[in-house]
Amino acid sequence: MAKLILSLDGTVMREVPLDKERLTIGRRQSNDLQIDNLAVSGEHALIVTILNDSFLEDLGSTNGTLVNGVPIKKHILQHNDVIEIGKYKLKYLADTVATGVLGGTSAEFEKTMVIRPSTAARAAEVGAGKGFGAAQVGVTATQPGPVGQQSGSISGQYARSGVQPPPTASHVSAPPTGTQSGIQTRPGPVQTNVHPLGAQPGQLLGAIQILTGPSAGKELELVKNLTTLGKPGVQVAVITRRPQGYFITHVEGANFPIVNGRTLDAQAHPLRDHDVVELAGVKMEFFHKGS
Amino acid sequence: MATLSEALEFASATDPGRVRAHNEDSIGTDPGIGLAVLADGMGGYNAGEVASGIAVAVVSAEIKRVMTGRSLSRIEAATGLTEAERLAVEHIAKANTSIFEAARSQPQYSGMGTTLVLALFFDNRMCVAHVGDSRLYRLRGESFEQITRDHSLLQEQIDSGMITREAAKLSQNKNLVTRALGIDAEVETEVHVYDTQPGDTYLLCSDGLSDMVEDEDMHLTLSSLQANLQLAADQLVQQANDNGGRDNISVILVKVKDDYAAPTGWIARLLSWFK
Repeated sequence: MAKLILSLDGTVMREVPLDKERLTIGRRQSNDLQIDNLAVSGEHALIVTILNDSFLEDLGSTNGTLVNGVPIKKHILQHNDVIEIGKYKLKYLADTVATGVLGGTSAEFEKTMVIRPSTAARAAEVGAGKGFGAAQVGVTATQPGPVGQQSGSISGQYARSGVQPPPTASHVSAPPTGTQSGIQTRPGPVQTNVHPLGAQPGQLLGAIQILTGPSAGKELELVKNLTTLGKPGVQVAVITRRPQGYFITHVEGANFPIVNGRTLDAQAHPLRDHDVVELAGVKMEFFHKGS
Repeated sequence: MATLSEALEFASATDPGRVRAHNEDSIGTDPGIGLAVLADGMGGYNAGEVASGIAVAVVSAEIKRVMTGRSLSRIEAATGLTEAERLAVEHIAKANTSIFEAARSQPQYSGMGTTLVLALFFDNRMCVAHVGDSRLYRLRGESFEQITRDHSLLQEQIDSGMITREAAKLSQNKNLVTRALGIDAEVETEVHVYDTQPGDTYLLCSDGLSDMVEDEDMHLTLSSLQANLQLAADQLVQQANDNGGRDNISVILVKVKDDYAAPTGWIARLLSWFK
């Protein structure tokens, strides 16, 4: 279950589990999380939690709500986000080790599950229109209980009349082996994986300099994932930028690229600093530009 | 006039990814009848593979079995659907029944299910049917577009305005589909027909690709590597793996190289049987 760590001036005050669909934050006593401080509005902010996602909304507070230093109106919380309300800080910790009712590893937790349209509609309905809080009453009434129970009920809906064993989602695939375990225990937001190039600190930028032919001297930085070189219809090769470095692969044409005098086969070939590539009669040099 | 298998080029790749031990995706292509089917199974142990395997096998075999001599463009008066759409819906329903029955009768398969996306090419057109979050994209000229709309919680949240498309990328609820085969006695299949053009490239994929590789990178890969469709498919899988490979990854590419209008007139149709 995801949680918030409330702190003031670096001192941890309490831990707040996000076990309700709606958690209100404000100065008044009626809030789920009361912060009795004049810089905090009576009804300051709201966190709506739907399955594994938590949405933070500022309820028009006087002094605003910040996430990682930026004022927000609505925000989908990410692991390690820091919410600031007045002088108070709330650190959001996502459910990194999924220990909900499905009780298993994160990879298993991420497995595709079926959610009934009715449930989905209700989940989608929360906050549609006027903001996250809009459909609150109906939702709370029909779907009480913590997040964990919600996911349980979703998968449980097609475990018919108690006859069936545990639902799809709770089955386990074989445990990861060796090198994979590092990946499996780190279920952070998918986003961290989506921009691999930006996230490759220290990966050298490669470039190609044309050595012969009319374009001799020209330089091309290989910033994209894929760069094709050559003459379409005659001979084309692609240079791919991968976490391990740059690779060249034949794409089309009767002739295959030549690297340092050796003709390649259809397999991808790693490029090293100062390799000389010959393609469609043109020689070019691959080199690293520094990071 | 090119026949289907002359006009269309197929390439595919499927990979367990870097985290999962099993590949629960299944793919099938039949260039002879212009069919591509992709399914992403779910369920414990090997049940996911069983479900997606049944889906692909039943749909491909059944459509092939009944197709000979039929005009897929014929429109059924009662429903307004083309024969292609009717076939797709009917045989996806059959696959659903097979999976549902298997899941009910065999405890180890209980709760298994699968998504499915299929493309059936006929008469310069394409019938697209899907259930769940497996997708079909189209590259036409410079534009790369997602043609199917996921049947998923996230898509519904996007539709209701709760999450923006950008924020959706950060959601932890990517894995919840609202429709799947094998879960109920009946399945609701979404089906459409689109015109195709020579030069189009279609991409069918499981969420193991679309969750791991940005649309713009898929676009770049398809447009750069059009000349080598198999390399494009392999590159897409490799990119998903390079980005973490958190789920099984499957890709089918279909490139329209030529016109494939259905022969008209009975003699032409008769002759086309013997090709």
